[in-house]
Amino acid sequence: MTVQTAPAPEATALPAVHRGGRATALGLTGTAVVLLAMAALPYLVASDVTAQLVKLCYLVALASMWNLLTGYAGMMSMGQQAFIGLGAYLLFVVNDHGLNVYMGTLVVSALVALVAWPMSYLAFRLRGGYFAVGTWVIAEVVRLIVVRFDSLGAASGRSLSDVTADPVLRRAYTYWLALVVMAAAVLGTYAVLRSRLGLALQAIRDDDTAAGSLGVNVTRGKRIIYVTAAAGCAAAGAVICVNSLGVASPNQIFGVQYSALMVFMVVIGGIGTVEGPVVGAVAYFLLDKYFAQSGVWYLVVVGAAAIVVSLYLPRGLWGTLAHRTGFAVFPVRHTVRL
Amino acid sequence: MTWVNAIVQGMLLGGIFAMAAAGLSLIFGVMRIANLAHGDLMILGGYVASVAAAHYGVPVPLTVLVSMTAVGALGYLVQRSMLDRAMGLGELAPMLVTFGISLIIPNVLVQVFSNDAQPLSTGSLGTASIDLGGGLAVGWFPLITVAAAVAVLTALHLFLHRTQPGRIVRATADDRTTVRLMGVDNRRVYALTSVIAFATVALAGSLYTMRQGGVTPYEGQLTVLFAFETVIIGGLGSLWGTLAGGMVLGIAQSVGAQISPDLPLLAGHLVFLLILVFRPQGLFGRSVLA
Repeated sequence: MTVQTAPAPEATALPAVHRGGRATALGLTGTAVVLLAMAALPYLVASDVTAQLVKLCYLVALASMWNLLTGYAGMMSMGQQAFIGLGAYLLFVVNDHGLNVYMGTLVVSALVALVAWPMSYLAFRLRGGYFAVGTWVIAEVVRLIVVRFDSLGAASGRSLSDVTADPVLRRAYTYWLALVVMAAAVLGTYAVLRSRLGLALQAIRDDDTAAGSLGVNVTRGKRIIYVTAAAGCAAAGAVICVNSLGVASPNQIFGVQYSALMVFMVVIGGIGTVEGPVVGAVAYFLLDKYFAQSGVWYLVVVGAAAIVVSLYLPRGLWGTLAHRTGFAVFPVRHTVRL
Repeated sequence: MTWVNAIVQGMLLGGIFAMAAAGLSLIFGVMRIANLAHGDLMILGGYVASVAAAHYGVPVPLTVLVSMTAVGALGYLVQRSMLDRAMGLGELAPMLVTFGISLIIPNVLVQVFSNDAQPLSTGSLGTASIDLGGGLAVGWFPLITVAAAVAVLTALHLFLHRTQPGRIVRATADDRTTVRLMGVDNRRVYALTSVIAFATVALAGSLYTMRQGGVTPYEGQLTVLFAFETVIIGGLGSLWGTLAGGMVLGIAQSVGAQISPDLPLLAGHLVFLLILVFRPQGLFGRSVLA
């Protein structure tokens, strides 16, 4: 008969749990440097360069919002154009009442958040693909109602009534506005994800039933994100409107192609990472800049790329890189080092 | 009498919606994929029929079969080459794949056939109608589409409930792991399901094109909404609900058009949203509640 002795207790040092690391400190510093450099650009380069970057800024903001919805809260929306369009159109309304377009953008995103709140009760009746199409129908309804207002230009779009007169100043202001919206979208996403809500969201995305059984208020978390993403898209819509001094046609600003764009950018860049949408937006921006003149084929390529990436590189460009190297500019997950 | 007429015309329109929705409902029921390309596949079906008639001289009634065969074969390819793989990657990947397809189809169509409508005429049948008296007339062609819808839904019902392959499809929908244990390759079941779904949507698209007299590339963005609305109004998992859903949507649109010519779309969408609020499980179906 042998006497079993209890194994000697292991070294008692607690495993260290941490988030980020030296690379991250570098990454965050890098982000700050990039943002500051971008903010200084109107003093350094010709205004046609910044005019192009406005587009990049709102693309990043849109992609971040769609990523928040789909990549973190598990809600694939095909109807964010409802809020982009509402953002642009409500900007007409507040601008007509004498508010300048820059403050107006802030007011408009708050207003759209108020509109999105009741809408979420409608959209949340559906889930999965039916949610996607439900949000699309809601966007169509919003468009069909907006075009019934003659004061908003009815079916033919309209222009902003009160904008900064000096073109150089106007371009610089527009660019800064776009930059602020982009920074708010990316850093806001990061802040949300590091919070308790962020943890809940990732649980919801992975398995909402399990998350619910552990005491996560699933519907509340989803609703907060739905409303936040609506406000973000409205701000982007207002930027689009300011940038082109109005809306060319309601069908364009309420077009489902914005959803297509968001899907593409997020899938290419890497869904469910903070950095992915930024990478995806830059990729799309370059693709658009150099290939948009090749016409419709380029949209075919966009569609094909979305299929190929979601089948063979499901983590996207950034996600694959981050998975291989463990690097993150905006670390959300905790790492345990034993 | 104009209102009765609007309702009758709406019911006739609903037949097409129901046919388009049947395939959507089938794919979702068996594979849990919400096919975002469904509307564009319908339009593609219309194009195949129209091109077969215009460029290859196929008699118009037979173009329907050409379209069903071609799009059905496409369904097989899409399922085997993309969706099977996507289904193993989670819930989002299949949706993204169908989304990619929905971007490719209309833009290829524009590139090849331009933005102009691609005509497909049914000749005298398109205008012939039966006079019911009292200013009420029912077109022969819309009547045929409703009959076709009823036939398609009946055939699907009989296939799923009375035949061995149909039972296997239903069993796979319920529990694919157990079906695999019984020696059935679930991927072949999925391929069969996709072929059926793609072929029925091609039929719907061909008839839709004949009814309209032609088709344009981007119409899929509208028809996909109609198909999804029909499924949800009727209730998931109920074929007869799908028919009722198509009729309700058709009636809403044509009554809306009767009130004002710019209202049909809005009226249809609003009826859909009302159903969503007050009867989210649909008229006849199981719940899709979150």
